[in-house]
Amino acid sequence: MSYHNPYTPPRKSATFDDYTLAEIRRAAATGIYDIRGAGTKRKVPHFDDLLFLGASISRYPLEGYREKCDTTVTLGTRFAKKPITLKTPITIAGMSFGALSGPAKEALGRGATIAGTSTTTGDGGMTDEERGHSQTLVYQYLPSRYGMNPRDLRRADAIEVVVGQGAKPGGGGMLLGQKISDRVAEMRTLPKGIDQRSACRHPDWTGPDDLEIKILELREITDWEKPIYVKVGGARPYYDTALAVKAGADVVVLDGMQGGTAATQDVFIENVGMPTLACIRPAVQALQDLGMHRKVQLIISGGIRSGADVAKALALGADAVAIGTAALVALGDNDPRWEDEYRKLGTTAGAYDDWHEGKDPAGITTQDPELMKRLDPIAAGRRLANYLKVMTLEAQTIARACGKNHLHNLEPEDLCALTIEASAMAQVPLAGTSWIPGRGAF
Amino acid sequence: MPVIDLAVTPLRDLNSALHAIPRGSNDIAFEVVNPRGSHAVAVGIDAPVAVDVKGSVGYYCAGMNDGGSVTVHGSAGPGVAENMMSGKVVIQGDASQYAGATGRGGLLVIKGNAASRCGISMKGIDIVVHGNIGHMSAFMGQSGHLVVLGDAGDALGDSLYEAKLFVRGTVKSLGSDCIEKEMRAEHLSKLAELLEKAGVKGVRPEEFKRYGSARKLYNFNIDNADAY
Repeated sequence: MSYHNPYTPPRKSATFDDYTLAEIRRAAATGIYDIRGAGTKRKVPHFDDLLFLGASISRYPLEGYREKCDTTVTLGTRFAKKPITLKTPITIAGMSFGALSGPAKEALGRGATIAGTSTTTGDGGMTDEERGHSQTLVYQYLPSRYGMNPRDLRRADAIEVVVGQGAKPGGGGMLLGQKISDRVAEMRTLPKGIDQRSACRHPDWTGPDDLEIKILELREITDWEKPIYVKVGGARPYYDTALAVKAGADVVVLDGMQGGTAATQDVFIENVGMPTLACIRPAVQALQDLGMHRKVQLIISGGIRSGADVAKALALGADAVAIGTAALVALGDNDPRWEDEYRKLGTTAGAYDDWHEGKDPAGITTQDPELMKRLDPIAAGRRLANYLKVMTLEAQTIARACGKNHLHNLEPEDLCALTIEASAMAQVPLAGTSWIPGRGAF
Repeated sequence: MPVIDLAVTPLRDLNSALHAIPRGSNDIAFEVVNPRGSHAVAVGIDAPVAVDVKGSVGYYCAGMNDGGSVTVHGSAGPGVAENMMSGKVVIQGDASQYAGATGRGGLLVIKGNAASRCGISMKGIDIVVHGNIGHMSAFMGQSGHLVVLGDAGDALGDSLYEAKLFVRGTVKSLGSDCIEKEMRAEHLSKLAELLEKAGVKGVRPEEFKRYGSARKLYNFNIDNADAY
């Protein structure tokens, strides 16, 4: 009897998948690691893994469009003489002039102002356009101190001392030479066309005890008027939050690993830091342990996309959120209308992340004068304002369904988790059970 | 002349008074006594005031100074004159770490020694140190001049951009991309000007060596990776 050997399909390795193999070949061919923008692309437990329970016999809802659901938030109530009040708890995260074009920064300011929220400078200083178009502007105090000066410090509405960011906790930045225009170079006091390192740690302080003195200095320079935020990446959220509070912060900004960056090594973005979902409860716990929850405000960022994400972050104890990548998308980043040009760059709309190269077809992450013209800051600002308002409405819709007359009244009890991982991270019960894995220890 | 005694007067009152100088005011001289290592003394000055501090100060004295003239008759803690915009700061004693960090303008004179990271990330400030400086000084220095009459510690000018460094004594080691450079006439002239402004007597510019960036790390090249 003859034996016929049946066809066995070729089997690719799960470990050495096509992407991994391509990366090995790319590294071997170029001798350099991949640098890119945006946040992590790997799938991590996120707000999608949580659900709201809504009202029931034991909880009654509020009427949509009729019964009020407040969305205001006041930041900086601990020490600042002039805390800031925003109409919506959705703020715009720090993004630099340099990484973004001048019109893109203007559009962020316009959109935020229409929506009644704040926008934030970045690692490149404050531009007049940005200040002029932003009703409430947060001025970042970064390790590089590019563009830092006391005049801008005083004309800011709040100061954000940046210790780290979610895309790269422990990492600095790099603005490659092709994005260094005359104006960017002047603001950063560096020669045109060179790669600009943004330092990973501050030049004149190390550790929480120094930070306390640095905050004292900033308060003294600004006569104790401005709220002072401390921004950290999602690394050790319990201790980082506690130490920021100890150092005298008015507001803690906590950025998970889905948070974007203008340019960093892919290996850093994908392998350092914790998911946003895993950061919130330890940070809130730190505030509660210190009796500072709601006294020191907590802003969460990293992967916020919708009003549902906003509501979930607030239900877990945040006071506000910040968006970066989503705001750029609202302006027009990665829009399929530029698909032909994305293809020429070897990518596709939705996947374009070479923000550091300055060739952005949408005219946002570029300093090329011709590309910049593609973004109308007034229209883009309007789109951002629309998006912010939709997110706010969505968050209100959920809050009313949970019977809350303020977004801040959302609470963990309103949530359940779809997965064991999300349940453990968010410290809310797995759906249909009363089980919270790992409860009692962080 | 107002005399502010920090033993009995809150720091806030001092800085608040310095920030409230009316334009054109003649009453612009202050004396601060009993600083006793206080932090953030005379920070955020934005008027041509003169402040004499009779004693030693803590962190960030004269931070972000813009046009003031601050003299510390003692030693200064970390970050003295950090991010100075313009004006003059003189430390009669020694200065701790990060003296003149990220400074953008003005003149910082340290009559004694300065510790590590003097002039770190300097962006236009001129710093003259009569004594020695510690390790990693002028790290990532972007612009301005650092003049050292004594010796420099390890890794001077590491990852330097366009700041110019002049050292009269020995340099323990140079940092990545920092090299000794030719002292040309314009450098001697600038050095003479800085020495005079800093009140240095009996020292000739020709006694110094100049150090600057080799500019090899300005654009990333994988073959330079060993330098980091």
